[in-house]
Amino acid sequence: MLTTEAPVAKTIELGNNIYLLKILSPNIASNIKPGQFLNVRVSETYYPLLRRPFSVCDVTGDHIFIMFNVLGEGTKILAHKHKGQTIDILGPLGNGFTYADDFETAVIVAGGLGAAPFPYLIRELKRNKKNIISFVGGKTESDVITYGMENIFISTDDGSLGLKGTVVNLLNRNINLLKNEKVKIFSCGPNAMLRALKEFCLKNNLECEVSTECAMACGFGICQGCPIESTHNHEKYLLVCKDGPVFNVKDVEI
Amino acid sequence: MNKVDLSVSVGPLKLRNPILLASGTVGYGNEMSEHIDLNKIGGIVTKSLSLKPRKGNPPQRIVETPAGMLNAIGLANVGVEVFLKEKIPFLKKFDVPLICNIAASTIEEYIECTKILTEERSISAFEINVSCPNVKEGGLQFGNDISAVGKITAKVKAVTNKPLIIKLSPNVSYISDFAKVVKDEGGDAVSAINTLVGTSFNIFTRRPKIYNVTGGLSGPAIKPVALAKVLEINQRVPIPVIGIGGIMNWQDVIEFMIAGSSAIQLGTVNFINPKASEEILKGLEEYCIKYNVKKISELTGSLKLK
Repeated sequence: MLTTEAPVAKTIELGNNIYLLKILSPNIASNIKPGQFLNVRVSETYYPLLRRPFSVCDVTGDHIFIMFNVLGEGTKILAHKHKGQTIDILGPLGNGFTYADDFETAVIVAGGLGAAPFPYLIRELKRNKKNIISFVGGKTESDVITYGMENIFISTDDGSLGLKGTVVNLLNRNINLLKNEKVKIFSCGPNAMLRALKEFCLKNNLECEVSTECAMACGFGICQGCPIESTHNHEKYLLVCKDGPVFNVKDVEI
Repeated sequence: MNKVDLSVSVGPLKLRNPILLASGTVGYGNEMSEHIDLNKIGGIVTKSLSLKPRKGNPPQRIVETPAGMLNAIGLANVGVEVFLKEKIPFLKKFDVPLICNIAASTIEEYIECTKILTEERSISAFEINVSCPNVKEGGLQFGNDISAVGKITAKVKAVTNKPLIIKLSPNVSYISDFAKVVKDEGGDAVSAINTLVGTSFNIFTRRPKIYNVTGGLSGPAIKPVALAKVLEINQRVPIPVIGIGGIMNWQDVIEFMIAGSSAIQLGTVNFINPKASEEILKGLEEYCIKYNVKKISELTGSLKLK
């Protein structure tokens, strides 16, 4: 875990308000695992004051990528970063996905910007000779992010693209694809989606890891700002930043 | 070799420099030790301890505000027993004064915690949190109740020989009245200030952004308030003050010392720049050399009003 001043290599607009920032950082690139995150200080001024946590989206050579949509002041500043400007990054932080264990097919389930951590995970899954199926959902067509995904199935709440319904409805409809092989599900998205997915996985006895999200300040355990309820011990919260952000779905109450 | 004498005294507590890391922003030291050399800072104030472990508040606990943040952690902590068994051994590896912060729900609990912890030799001093705004049954009422603050000071002082610091709430009309009662009841110093009560709402859902509805405001937004409170205490009560509130850089430290602080605590800045304490120490030394300040303690209370 380090703080690094890293230069922006490129700002890529994917459309529909979604951006990719390509950042040169050989150190982070060689150390970070899929599902880990970075806490980024977007400005040296006091507004915005706090760092912003972003999953690592992808790694190529000495470069790392983060994906974001422009929502507030922080992401607005990030979207306007240009080549050569440096940003202050703290990371790699947290625990990533476990993807080298004994399964044959990785099933990606992403809702909206929950697509962010998967390009890098998919790259590593392929290196580990896993099959990949991606289920991608959004409220409407413009929310569906398929960047870096493979073997894609799509759903939208309003039916503007793919199946009309949730991504878990979509998964359920294609359950036959999950039946004959050793599969492991990797997911990221809004809590309502993760809750439905957890129920689906428990019912069908499917292994599943989820990347969770919570407002946080430090990103490394000192502020205690990001609690998540553990399934096993109700006396004590886990922290999204240190114990996660990736959890086995059985271990956390979502 | 330091050319400047950065050492300070906070009453009976001697520190190698005035930079302390504030309670709740340094955990129990282990995460911070990956970023800075704990042996270089003036001291660590541990996360508030209660007699039994506390789970703390459900999410959302934190929200960013202009030049600040609100937090309502709810004093999540491991409790005295686990602290002694699991956290102290790590902290003992460092040569850094340990100030143990205690937050309790009853006066008896303050006494009980202090009695147990005072036996631990590696603890240099106690900071009593009478002012956490985020737990319903305790903190705020004590922090606003002058006789309760006096009683806690006297009763805790009676069970420990270690320096006793009371962390004061800014959510009162005259903080100096509280500093005076601490002084009168035998307290050695006060920390000023704890966070200011604040809140923030989501205008689309019309719900509070944090679970606890209100939280404690910290960060640069509160610095002017904190400075005024330190000055008020310094002008009215002869008690050492540890200044806290939105300190982000060495310039802020100087300002707090001029206002009357003997030492200061870094809080929110640790979340943003975990290396801040080391950078600030360097800045302080350079300032002292440049402006011919031989002992940094000369700055304390040196404000010129005319």
